[in-house]
Amino acid sequence: MKIGVFVCYCGENIGRTVDCAAVAKELSAYPGVAHAEAYKYMCSDPGQNLIKQAIKEKNLDAVVVGSCSPHMHEKTFRKACASAGVNPYMVEIANLREHCSWIHDDIPSATAKAIDLVRIAVEKVKYNEPLQTIQVPVTKRALVIGGGIAGIQSALDIANAGFPVVLVEKEPSIGGHMSQLSETFPTLDCSQCILTPRMVEVYQHSNITLLTYSEVEKVEGFIGNFKVTVRKKARSVKDEVCTGCGLCVQNCPIKKKAQSEFDESLTTRPAIYVPFPQAVPNIPVIDRSVCTYYKTGKCQMCKKVCGREAIDFDQQDTFLTFDIGAIIAATGYKLYKIDKKPEGHIYKGYGEYGYGELKDVIDGLQFERIASASGPTSGEILRPSDKKEPKKVVFVQCVGSRDESKGFSYCSKICCMYTAKHAMLYKHKVHDGEAYVFYMDIRSNGKGYDEFVRRAIEEDGVKYIRGRVSKIYEENGKYIVKGEDTIAGVRMEIDADMVVLATAMIPQPENSKVAQLLGIPYDKHGFMQEVHPKLRPVETSTGGIFLAGACHSPRDIPESVSMASAAAAKAMVLFGSDILEREPVVAKVEASTCAGCFYCQKVCAYSAIERKEIRDRQGNLIKVVAYVNAGLCQGCGTCNATCPSKSVELIGFRDEQIFAEIQSLSGF
Amino acid sequence: MAEEKFEPKVVAFVCNWCTYTGADLAGTSRLKQEPNARLIRVPCTGRIDPVFVIKAFESGADGVLISGCHPGDCHYNTGNFHARRRWTFFKELLNFVGIDSTRLHFSWVSASEGKKWVDVVNGVIDTVREQGPFLKYKEIKEHDFQEIEN
Repeated sequence: MKIGVFVCYCGENIGRTVDCAAVAKELSAYPGVAHAEAYKYMCSDPGQNLIKQAIKEKNLDAVVVGSCSPHMHEKTFRKACASAGVNPYMVEIANLREHCSWIHDDIPSATAKAIDLVRIAVEKVKYNEPLQTIQVPVTKRALVIGGGIAGIQSALDIANAGFPVVLVEKEPSIGGHMSQLSETFPTLDCSQCILTPRMVEVYQHSNITLLTYSEVEKVEGFIGNFKVTVRKKARSVKDEVCTGCGLCVQNCPIKKKAQSEFDESLTTRPAIYVPFPQAVPNIPVIDRSVCTYYKTGKCQMCKKVCGREAIDFDQQDTFLTFDIGAIIAATGYKLYKIDKKPEGHIYKGYGEYGYGELKDVIDGLQFERIASASGPTSGEILRPSDKKEPKKVVFVQCVGSRDESKGFSYCSKICCMYTAKHAMLYKHKVHDGEAYVFYMDIRSNGKGYDEFVRRAIEEDGVKYIRGRVSKIYEENGKYIVKGEDTIAGVRMEIDADMVVLATAMIPQPENSKVAQLLGIPYDKHGFMQEVHPKLRPVETSTGGIFLAGACHSPRDIPESVSMASAAAAKAMVLFGSDILEREPVVAKVEASTCAGCFYCQKVCAYSAIERKEIRDRQGNLIKVVAYVNAGLCQGCGTCNATCPSKSVELIGFRDEQIFAEIQSLSGF
Repeated sequence: MAEEKFEPKVVAFVCNWCTYTGADLAGTSRLKQEPNARLIRVPCTGRIDPVFVIKAFESGADGVLISGCHPGDCHYNTGNFHARRRWTFFKELLNFVGIDSTRLHFSWVSASEGKKWVDVVNGVIDTVREQGPFLKYKEIKEHDFQEIEN
């Protein structure tokens, strides 16, 4: 075998600490190496041409490039070699930059290490074999998990491009938190007015299969070829016959037992209910935990009034499976409830603010409902306890957010803006009212955002106080808000009629479960993790799975929408071709030595090991051996290390390749 | 001639997705480390055969480090769990074949833990430096050669 060694100076990045010429010189005398040289920028056009030329002139069979991390330029060099006739899998990279020159100062020892690193790669490449990429078909159908504004945007973008989409939402209606909002910053346009047409568009779109009140149960397979099982929870209402007339809802005798999720517990709802009037689909659900029939076997009022016989008390959960090519997770957020410690979480409670005990200490989403024309007060600002107009309202920012002592290190990002909006809406509706905002910093970095906050302060006269609130308690019918003004350096005490807490955004509690189903990483809070924070912000480390919206990190509507469109674009890139090329790093079984113990099958996380019968010419069974389904194998190599008879090998990382690498170190 | 200062040789088997990338990050962040470690990249810690470790010691390593993704973070879902279980048993066996098992080190270093990687590598190198060179296999080899020659 003729091996070419190419050492890159990377300008000065490698050359400063590694004597690249010496490395090339040393390697030129190494067994198997037919050509060795160093060049200033190997990845540049002239650098690549240098490699191509050497391949042709010296008839090289394999190439080792000593350069930056293989995660950076392995593809570049494989491509260059392929164009010169060397199989791309006959190329190995020695990481001389991230793993050598950048982390050492001493030139002789760094050079010695660089020589070792190149030798390791040379020894490995001697045992490489030419490989072809594996081609797998792409199912051109997307799954979107979550029907908030991010999920809606992703689904519409993909559907409008002509690809089928399955949209799964766990609640009875799509719309998410955006449907609860009164107005949106910084334009103050009505949230529902801009959202509901999109919800209807989703419902009517011929390319979208909408599954509400449903949850993803199981995800199998890999990029381009997922098999997804969705649990359609029993609504107790036949969605194919229900017309959404609402008679059942009106006649349900239970009025006050269940708190309205949509109104954030400010109102109650019947046992059979539609979350909100503009719900999509407009099909009710029976909440079996409060329905009289499910408790006593009596009532059935809804069934009696339904002219379409749509009520089905015996309805069961159903399971649907779909072949899916790409998955977008858009599972969204919830607000941190400060009255008690959320179950199984790392956060501490906020008892000192009295939320949950003091009736008129509410959170941001509750204020949205109060300010909303479709809310419990029809948009009049009335406090929940006695329905009186509050004349003095205190808004507290950063409740949880940026508070390490409560378990949050991060900024929730949207609260500065929505608090300014809340205070502004309040002032617009209660002209003689006073609005105070306690803040740590104002973070209003968006188009028109800072102008919006300035407007709240300068035009609407909202009083901003820089400082934290230490305690909120009730005294003589007033809420005493104790805090400090850190700019004036004085303690503050405000006797408020109502307090609105901008509590931290946290991921939906199901977020980590969904992430585990999808096999993607998530952080300690449960926010899903992108593969690269700057250059691949919507992709995950698992191919074919993308992120949209607040399941990834706190973000506002425009950011969620743009991220959702980005995720949709990534899915459509995948759908742009019929065939997907995959790395040929998969396991392979040597049937002649396989004893059929199937330990490999037990350790395989992908169910990629199958049973294969070996028969003689008469059809008599000789033995059953393991067989790797290359379409399912992801190439971890756990089976290889497990096999007692060494009959499974991971192509690209075979035992003899790794042994060769280890042995090359004998001299070091 | 003055006695040469002992510089340990450490072979590190690292997974491609977490620790290798974490070591890349250490490089990108220009975090200085001792130059005694040689990394061998495998897709997953689950790929590491116990024989690799013995082979490394036989090939002259004074210490071996195995590092992969944190439990629960494995790119291949469960590979690191299999690796962890394997090493629990293997450590005992290592003593049996004459290799001090304290020369074998494990760690979980994620792709975002460049600093941790530096601490782990330097820590292992310092420990091995204190332990001195691993001579047992070298002695056996020399002994065998002498026998053959005689």
